[in-house]
Amino acid sequence: MNRYLHCLRGVVSRELLRFLHQRTRFVAALVRPLIWLFVFAAGFRMALGVAMTDPYKTYILYEVYIIPGLVGMIQLFNGMQSSLSMVYDREMGSMRVLLVSPFPRWYLLLCKLLAGTMVSIVQVYVFLTIAWFYGIKAPPMGYLWILPALVVTGFMVGALGMLLSTFVKQLENFAGVMNFVIFPMFFLSSALYPLWRIREGSYLVYQIASLNPFTYAVEMIRFALYEQLNVDAVLIVAATTLVLLALAILGYNPARGMMARKGGGGE
Amino acid sequence: MPILSRETAAMFKPTLLGLALGALALTPLVASAERIFVSNEKDNTISVIDGASLEVIETIDVGRRPRSMAFSSDGSELFVAVGDDEAIDMIDLETLQVVRSQASGEDPEVIRVDPNRPYIYVSNEDDNIVSVLDYERRTLVTEIPVGVEPEGLGISPDGRWLVSTTETSNMAHIIDTELMETVHHRLVGARPRHAEFTHDGSEAWVSAEIAATVSIIDMVDSFDVEHTIRFDVPGVPRETVQAVGIQLTSDGRYGFVALGPSNRVAVVDQQTYEVLDYILVGQRVWHLALNEDETRLYTTNGVSGDVTVIDVESLTALQSIPVGRFPWGVIVQP
Repeated sequence: MNRYLHCLRGVVSRELLRFLHQRTRFVAALVRPLIWLFVFAAGFRMALGVAMTDPYKTYILYEVYIIPGLVGMIQLFNGMQSSLSMVYDREMGSMRVLLVSPFPRWYLLLCKLLAGTMVSIVQVYVFLTIAWFYGIKAPPMGYLWILPALVVTGFMVGALGMLLSTFVKQLENFAGVMNFVIFPMFFLSSALYPLWRIREGSYLVYQIASLNPFTYAVEMIRFALYEQLNVDAVLIVAATTLVLLALAILGYNPARGMMARKGGGGE
Repeated sequence: MPILSRETAAMFKPTLLGLALGALALTPLVASAERIFVSNEKDNTISVIDGASLEVIETIDVGRRPRSMAFSSDGSELFVAVGDDEAIDMIDLETLQVVRSQASGEDPEVIRVDPNRPYIYVSNEDDNIVSVLDYERRTLVTEIPVGVEPEGLGISPDGRWLVSTTETSNMAHIIDTELMETVHHRLVGARPRHAEFTHDGSEAWVSAEIAATVSIIDMVDSFDVEHTIRFDVPGVPRETVQAVGIQLTSDGRYGFVALGPSNRVAVVDQQTYEVLDYILVGQRVWHLALNEDETRLYTTNGVSGDVTVIDVESLTALQSIPVGRFPWGVIVQP
């Protein structure tokens, strides 16, 4: 058991150190949601002041609504960044070092996921602290409630990233992942507008957003931030996480990047 | 996948803990046993909200177009001005039933109760008068002529002064209740709606809907407008900012002003007249009521048909409670 913990500590501390040393990445991870909050949300202040939706007990400004979506955004980008780093590790060979350890592969991958999730949780809390000083305050206990929701969401987007990394042969291909996975997942969800509002605009987009697991991750975080449990959202996110994890672990092939490299070198 | 199931299990543990702590945090919310009465202008009903559960516990049928409400001096009855029935309905606060009704003259809108005598002052919008009714003898005491379309009425804590605001004249008329006649007329902002005295009786605050101002009238010496507070909510169209209901805390700290279709309640420093904050509430916020210990402020939101509960200490909206159609007035029974 101690060996397992030692391994976990090793992987997590490497990920956290890497995150802390890459100051620009830390700043970039925060700047993105903050720009959305200060610029985008400020322009739409009135947009949501006209209706009440669960879990909010009274009328809210748009900048209050958008917070859980931006928390989801932080985790989504971070999950993808972690898997990007896995492609990089694979290309550089450090993944092979990790995988030659005597631990089962699923355990090592879970350690990687947990490490990535913890990094994203640090980012989320820093973001929420800034939002607090900006005047967007949730009930104090809500900040504790969202912790498990953040762990599950972190695993879900991390597992998705890991699964994608099995399909991505080279680092350069990752830009496509951004365009075809992160943006649709974020925009076609309840992160920016509630589902009822999307439905008013386009029924098709509403249907897509209703099928998007990221919608449920955002809703899970939103309800948790207001000390409520959205059971449907939790079940959907948990089930999606399990499926993605199983696929990612079963489908993970550490040799893929190396092989591609070798093949590339022979041309 | 044992690790995953542990993760899922871990999710529920803090959840339960949070639930328990959350309930603790809500304790001050359920401590009060006050009742909140809300007049629903379009439904011809009064919604009764329990201050502890913040749920509507009773709906009382009253006459047509109920608006302003006031308690009798002994606190046993609630008076409701029912405009289209041209009467004041009187509700027994034990049985929550209308027990009697008294003719009020044409289109009664706002009523106030004299703290010393069994009198109700009624602004009769269509007649340009303030009627004085004796609710014990059930007689009309007198009629006091004021400007065109009287609406707001404010009475000083000692009952000496009554301020009547007239919508079309844009005036505040100061009535000496010993003489039962107007002694001063003061121009205020366009379409004055409401008048409220500070608890020491030294000032009367008069809101003006179109001007989006509150005029502060000195009630000790000059009886003049000494200061004007202007409201401007950032990011909100100017024409939707309309000052209506006013509530003033007894400690002289805050003044609250309902700002109509801007869906905001302004928080004003009662000493410096500086606007401190704007709190988002429901649509077209009209009148306000503080509870007895002044920990909460209740607002009626006419268009969205609900009441928003504001925590006075943190100046945040806690909850909005659906009531009937077009809630107009609100009053809190301790």
